[in-house]
Amino acid sequence: MCVQSQKERSSTVNRPAQRRLLSSLAAGAAFALLLTGCQSQRDDGDPAASESGAPASDVDSTFVFGASSDPSGLDPAFASDGETFRISRQIFEGLVGVEPGTADPAPLLAESWETSEDGLEYTFALKEGVTFHDGTPFDAEAVCANFDRWYNWTGLTATESLSYYYGSLYGGFAGDEDALYASCSADDESTATVSLTRPFSGFIASLSLPAFSMQSPTALEEYGADDVGGSEEAPEYSEYGEGHPTGTGPFVFESWSPGSEVVLTANADYWGEQGQIQEIVFRTIDDPTARRQALEAGDIDGFDYVAPADTAALEDAGFNVMQRDPFTILYLGMNQTVPELQDVRVRQAIAHAIDREALVTQVLPEGTEVASQFIPPVVNGYNEDVTDYAYDPDAARALLAEAGYADGLELTFNYPVNISRPYMPNPEQIFTALSAQLSEVGITVNPVSDEWTDYLDRMRGGADHGIHLLGWTGDYNDTDNFVGVFFNGYSNEWGFENPELFSALTEARQIADPDEAAEAYEEINEQIAQFVPGVPLAHPAPSLAFDPRVTSYPASPVNDEVFNMIELSE
Amino acid sequence: MLRTIGRRLLLLIPTLFGLTVLLFFWVRALPGGPASALLGERATPEAVERINEAYGFNRPLPEQYITWLGRLLQGDFGNSIETRRPVLEEFVNRFPATFELAIVALILAVGIGVPLGYWAARHHGGLIDNLSVTGSLIGITIPVFFLAFMLKYVFAVQLGWLPSTGRQDREIDATHVTGFFVLDGLLTGELDASLNAIVHLLLPAIALATIPLAIIVRITRASVLEVVNADYVRTGRAKGVSTQVIRSRFVLRNAMLPVVTTIGLQAGLLISGAVLTETVFAFPGIGAFMKDAIFARDFAVLQGFVLFIAISYALINLIVDISYSFIDPRVRIQ
Repeated sequence: MCVQSQKERSSTVNRPAQRRLLSSLAAGAAFALLLTGCQSQRDDGDPAASESGAPASDVDSTFVFGASSDPSGLDPAFASDGETFRISRQIFEGLVGVEPGTADPAPLLAESWETSEDGLEYTFALKEGVTFHDGTPFDAEAVCANFDRWYNWTGLTATESLSYYYGSLYGGFAGDEDALYASCSADDESTATVSLTRPFSGFIASLSLPAFSMQSPTALEEYGADDVGGSEEAPEYSEYGEGHPTGTGPFVFESWSPGSEVVLTANADYWGEQGQIQEIVFRTIDDPTARRQALEAGDIDGFDYVAPADTAALEDAGFNVMQRDPFTILYLGMNQTVPELQDVRVRQAIAHAIDREALVTQVLPEGTEVASQFIPPVVNGYNEDVTDYAYDPDAARALLAEAGYADGLELTFNYPVNISRPYMPNPEQIFTALSAQLSEVGITVNPVSDEWTDYLDRMRGGADHGIHLLGWTGDYNDTDNFVGVFFNGYSNEWGFENPELFSALTEARQIADPDEAAEAYEEINEQIAQFVPGVPLAHPAPSLAFDPRVTSYPASPVNDEVFNMIELSE
Repeated sequence: MLRTIGRRLLLLIPTLFGLTVLLFFWVRALPGGPASALLGERATPEAVERINEAYGFNRPLPEQYITWLGRLLQGDFGNSIETRRPVLEEFVNRFPATFELAIVALILAVGIGVPLGYWAARHHGGLIDNLSVTGSLIGITIPVFFLAFMLKYVFAVQLGWLPSTGRQDREIDATHVTGFFVLDGLLTGELDASLNAIVHLLLPAIALATIPLAIIVRITRASVLEVVNADYVRTGRAKGVSTQVIRSRFVLRNAMLPVVTTIGLQAGLLISGAVLTETVFAFPGIGAFMKDAIFARDFAVLQGFVLFIAISYALINLIVDISYSFIDPRVRIQ
């Protein structure tokens, strides 16, 4: 059977023609929908076992992962969501990778790098003999082609909905005053130099993000990767982003059936270790309970973000449940446009009133760590000796009395409902636990709940909120990606001006030397602790669950999990 | 008759036009916009502003409406902001799944509901009757998502008899011609593929069919009971008409009018009911997609889908009205 041609057909080749046909028919009547439901498609079976030399053992080399949603596209440069990155990490590799099990940067496609004295030039020594899936050699030209591609985006491609990471980390695009990127030069085939306009302490770590993966310049060009124009109201996939992602990673894209699954197959020419898995299927199952049942029924081999309530039951039933080291922060924010919260004694009182240990054991998942600052322990700049507000209801009452609220204080407490985030699996329960603790010291809360998108609008769009629950899941090992996100300037969420803190953060971001940067951030963390803009509560740990046949999985705090490292027993 | 149908279809146009207005403004009245949904925690006011600017969400609503309507008339439903594909393409890719599911559910609901209701009425007051009345009451009151999870837990997880998710196993390696997997198997002669697709359809179809089934049982039973006691049935019996003819021509045919109306209404509801069922069974149809669109405030998708459901409803009602004249010659469409 002609596997290759069928594969091509199923992915994109006949889409434009099909689309035109459909558009013209649709103008007629809804009947057209019935008539044109003809989609020529063929799902390929399991070619791995017979065609590409499966391992000699009896291991079923197809690995099925239950994804919580479809990818937002196949071009990681235009993505910022976890499910897209999970797939990208199998297909693509960046210059910089991550030390297994940590958040620290490690060599990947770049074997080493040097930084100039002024922190403006980075020279990368590239791994030799690597080729992209389409046969294009990976070399310095390819590196520069990628950097230039990002920098030269315009229009829709330069908005947050597509190029979120490039836009927010590198200050903007060609022509923007704040653009961080200056140029890239190919010194020789395996040496590339990237120049910046100002030092950026997170540069190397940022390159480990899948958004900055190296993509084949030939394929980008051939399939019009940046032609995402579509209509005005929403960008449309480019041919590349819908069916031709081409990287250097251990797995090659095979097909994507929207709403159903994405299939990858092993890259026979991979430069590194190929591993046991010959085929990966990412099956979209967006309901959490449905994912659990699919695992129990043996339809999938594993899934991510196991609900805290399910971990014990799955373990008891013999499934492997694994916790990542936390790379999250859950906090109780305080809006200082509320007059009572402008008094630091009130903020300190709230911090003393909260029993974080109890919160973590009562309502947060296994593996969660108590937080003392706004960054998790694995991040550069974590301050071991930061001022901590221990649980002390008496101290809290005393501080409140001192601030003039001996008879009690009433505060609005905002929290979201019907949402689960990696740092906040169950906001309703967290709210209940915290409001009980606050009432112990005489703070009466006035609960206001919203659905998720309304909640975000309320936090970010205006001053109409009080104390509130929110948090962050880190993208990569950069302290600025935590504290900078929260406190680098005035925001509606926090409602305070603190020029000293704002400028300290701006300066720290520009320190190129990691050790110096760590020192600066340690100080900043102390500064934040003194100011008490909010109470860091916990670092919840996301859990994954696997079929018993999965004996090893490369769990990573920053989700840098490549499936060639998975070990299967049957 | 043809003229009548033509007129009914023409009347659809102003109805749908009115609906587009309602729909457009209703969807935009949902709190929170697509930008916040898209950006999540990263939704700073500036980022939201830039996205609204780029996508035109900050333009005056009437202007946005006219742009949308203009494109709609040209057959362009716009693009999904969430999946970045044309709404129409998403639709055509997913519709066969939902249609197949709805058809199987309808076959179950009608195929079991009508005979059961009839049977219950014939044994009025007996054990069967009591069981069907109680059973259908449970069927109506049990929430669909609960039933779906229970069915899955028992038949997929515990017993392992039926698959828990999806439309077809990958191992089947089926050829897809139309997107209707059962039909595809029949067309290409891959009967195992058809069978596999049917097996995948069973649990979601049962979950989806339960409420319509229960309602059809009750309506059929009530309607048959009413007709059985009608004067003309008694007269027929007195005249010595055979029981066979009494049952089929006198009772069943007359009892069918309200049943057909109910079936029509339920058939329309099946499409919207698919939202929950498809989510639970990770069934890649339009229902599950619609749910995501609501959370993502994906305007173009919501508008397109609700419009589609409205058209389906209108057409099904038309079919029901036409079928009246076949069942009951006294009814003439005017």
